[in-house]
Amino acid sequence: MSQKRNNIKDFFKALPKNIFSGFVVSLIALPLGLGLAMASEMPPIAGIITAVVGGLLVSFLGGSHVTITGPGNGMVGVLLVAVTTLGLEATYAAIVCSGILIIALGFLRMGKLADFFPSSAIQGMLAAIGLIILGKQFHIMLANKLSLERSLDYLLAIPETVIGVFQYENTGLVYAAMAGILALAIMVFYPRIRNKYLQLIPAPMWIVLLSVAFSYYYELIAQSPNPISAKYMLSGIPPAQEIVSQLPTLNFSPIGSFPFWISVFSITLIASIESLLSIKAVDKLDPQKRRSNSNRDLKALGLATIGSGFLGGINVVTVIARSSVNVNNGGSNQSANFSHAVFLVIFIVLFSTQLTRIPLPALMAILVYTGYKLASPKLVRRIFSVGKEQLLIFFTTLFVTLFVDIITGILAGVFITFIIHVLMNKSISLFLRNILKPNILMFKDTGTKNDYYVSVKHFCSFLNYYKLKQKLDAIPQSEDVVVDFSMCEFVDHTVMDNLNSYQDVFLKSGGHFEVIGLDLHGAESKHPFALRRLIPDLGLLQKNLTKRQTTLQEIADNYKMKYEAKEAEDLHFLDRFHFFTSKKVESIYNRMFNAEKTFILFDINYSEGEFIAKENVRTTMLHIHLNNQIPEFTLDREGFLEKVYAFAGYKDIPIENHRDFNKRFYLLGENTTVIQQFFDDDLVHFFESNPYYHVESNGNSLLVFSKERVAGIKEIKALYDFGKRLRDTIATTAAQPVLS
Amino acid sequence: MLFNSKLILIHVGNPSEEKTTTFQEILAPFFIDGLTVDIVYEPGKPVESILKSVDAKKIDLLILGALKRENFFKYYVGSIARKITRKAKCSVLLLINPSVERIKCKHVVVNGLKDEKTEQAIKAAFFVGSALQAEQLTIVEEITQQEVAININDDKSLRRANLKKEKLRRQEDSRINNIVEAIPIKHKKNLTLRTQPIFGKRGYSIGHFAQVARADLLIMNSPNKSGFIDRLFPHDLEHILTELPTDVLIIQ
Repeated sequence: MSQKRNNIKDFFKALPKNIFSGFVVSLIALPLGLGLAMASEMPPIAGIITAVVGGLLVSFLGGSHVTITGPGNGMVGVLLVAVTTLGLEATYAAIVCSGILIIALGFLRMGKLADFFPSSAIQGMLAAIGLIILGKQFHIMLANKLSLERSLDYLLAIPETVIGVFQYENTGLVYAAMAGILALAIMVFYPRIRNKYLQLIPAPMWIVLLSVAFSYYYELIAQSPNPISAKYMLSGIPPAQEIVSQLPTLNFSPIGSFPFWISVFSITLIASIESLLSIKAVDKLDPQKRRSNSNRDLKALGLATIGSGFLGGINVVTVIARSSVNVNNGGSNQSANFSHAVFLVIFIVLFSTQLTRIPLPALMAILVYTGYKLASPKLVRRIFSVGKEQLLIFFTTLFVTLFVDIITGILAGVFITFIIHVLMNKSISLFLRNILKPNILMFKDTGTKNDYYVSVKHFCSFLNYYKLKQKLDAIPQSEDVVVDFSMCEFVDHTVMDNLNSYQDVFLKSGGHFEVIGLDLHGAESKHPFALRRLIPDLGLLQKNLTKRQTTLQEIADNYKMKYEAKEAEDLHFLDRFHFFTSKKVESIYNRMFNAEKTFILFDINYSEGEFIAKENVRTTMLHIHLNNQIPEFTLDREGFLEKVYAFAGYKDIPIENHRDFNKRFYLLGENTTVIQQFFDDDLVHFFESNPYYHVESNGNSLLVFSKERVAGIKEIKALYDFGKRLRDTIATTAAQPVLS
Repeated sequence: MLFNSKLILIHVGNPSEEKTTTFQEILAPFFIDGLTVDIVYEPGKPVESILKSVDAKKIDLLILGALKRENFFKYYVGSIARKITRKAKCSVLLLINPSVERIKCKHVVVNGLKDEKTEQAIKAAFFVGSALQAEQLTIVEEITQQEVAININDDKSLRRANLKKEKLRRQEDSRINNIVEAIPIKHKKNLTLRTQPIFGKRGYSIGHFAQVARADLLIMNSPNKSGFIDRLFPHDLEHILTELPTDVLIIQ
């Protein structure tokens, strides 16, 4: 019982943070929802209805923790087809039917559905969806509304539209196109600007705010009509009362027809795959490393989809970009999803007329950017680095999806993957003979080590990966696991890719995940192993040192340290730091360290968030390994944002008799009294008299860094000096028995 | 010799002087150690004739050579050995690595299924293990997914499933311990005993385990012949027989 009461207490403690996070998410959900619905040729409000219904229902019924639900970008491709072939009213009926099917999938425990598809094929399919979105919306972004037959035609017409922009005679159109280009520029350059006040509002909301402000400027100050052509303004946002009173009529009459069910199945397929992939990706972002119950989520999403369909919304799916924004803003449970829905309702009730001041091209720029992210050349490059055959799978899926439809596309992807596997192994019997065999053995070693051992026989590919996954899921993530492929003749990229993410999850939750027995495989054939994927990237760094690198080398020599320019292999020593719980370390390079490797200065590249909310950051950090235990804490400079955070439930730990320190610094930690003891006069004076750094302790090591960019030579020297003196100060502080 | 028993060679085919001398030559070194041999010539189809002589001579242990997964022998393993194993009324030893020099059998794996015959199998394993001077004996308890009966969805169900597994493991351990206690000390003293619960498909996973644990001999219960369908299709053994991870001894 006390356990339960504790949960409730924790819930209320985290509630302010979640409401804050829900608010930020709703800022991004509003423009995205409007845009996605319009891109699928539905009334724009449908997107908001979807997000609201999804947020309200799934937050209560779902089985995940930090996900946000709403209209998904994958749905655009299929819904577009449904609306054009069936008409709007029958599309609502199809959405309701797909909701029923999704519930059925949940009950059939098909949460593993997404594991049956090769990862390159899924990526190809998503890229195709990205191109469909991009192709269609690009023209609207440049104020050139087209209606063409196939999604491919839209892509081919892009150059024409670009040339056409310079020939507009109507100034209304010119302004509209400018709004679109400006909005796209905001989307592109926003992640590059690391200003925390600017970052407080997500990029899509900046677009909305700026365009509404622009429109008011013309109305109130310039006293002239908005120069953007009225044709390209967002229209069809009914006031809140109308949404409730005027429900759409559903047309179930084509229920017996073939195209209807094709639509239902493709909607269901995409909705469930998108949700499942998002759930999987978001679980990786969750700082608390909880596991989502994807079957329960499917049931909840299905139910929400039915509700949303009846109210005039589209499919409710779990969405990755918004969920990652949620995690980054401190969302920790489903109340964030709920509050994001509530905020959306408030926005619509209060501001529904203001929304009509948004120019369409600006809204569509958000979608063009989303589409581009799904099909970015970076993705193609990454797949190519895994192997040529993956690129073949990727492009087959992509083109079949574009030319035919999504279901055929993904099936083609599966088919070509299987053919490639057979050709690579020169044996079809390896697959046919062993596909039904339970090829995974898992046991907990009762011998000396008490770890889990998983042995895989025959072959392991997307065809039977679910068996391996089932076993791996049965292992608590804080345990040690060894996966042995030595008896396995073939392991495909899908499996390696997934194992790689298991590795991350296990390491972050304090376990250990090791894959062994693959040494022989590489020699036998050229399988793409996610593990080996890193090799091609290394070459660039090793060859010629930049000027900064040679200077670093000199500094290292001066300080009697070693210097290595190439990427470090062990990236996991940072996992235990709070700062990295929701961030992923991509690479560490340019390391300077002393002989014992207790004092390491390095450049790091890490990312936070996923998909369009993903940001890559490069910075310089200092890692000091301490000989003694100190309390865990985070120390940063006190700023306006921290005061905002304080409202959301973060607490600054005050140190007695040091008002100046309390005012200037922001100290966080779990164990208040121990931290207060630890920060004695010496240490406080040290921090007070030195430049600001972000200092974080994880108990036995320190992480020190200042700016979220790579440090210059002078800054590195300063960081080195600061770190050295900090270590000495802490050594004397910790020598006193503060940890009783 | 090791078991103080009589060797009966069954040759499928017609008797001839030539064959007899060949056999005598092969076996010559063993006669010194006091081997008694009986050569039976049984013409006809391999499976039936072997089975017939097994009955006629009241044989206790039938030794069959079989090769691991090779095309030429696949027919043999997949068909004759399997048919014999299925129908034989005696224990069967399938050898996959027959060699002139005896390779020392170090590690014996035996199944610890919840079955009436298990006790017998474990007893036999101790007997054979000590006779072959093996160093380690591992009793493998196979726990099927159905027994755990908890679907793992999230952290909560994972914790429940692990508790259930732990409970099952303790139950199995105590059951096995009861059996082991009844084994005479002289068979037990030279063997390191280990029990290992594994979670997987019954019959199949134990073969996989034997392979992983680099066992030299796998001892299995004979399939249960209570039902008519089981008699027709012994699925537990089927898996082992198609893949023959190690030498297999099937106790009848």
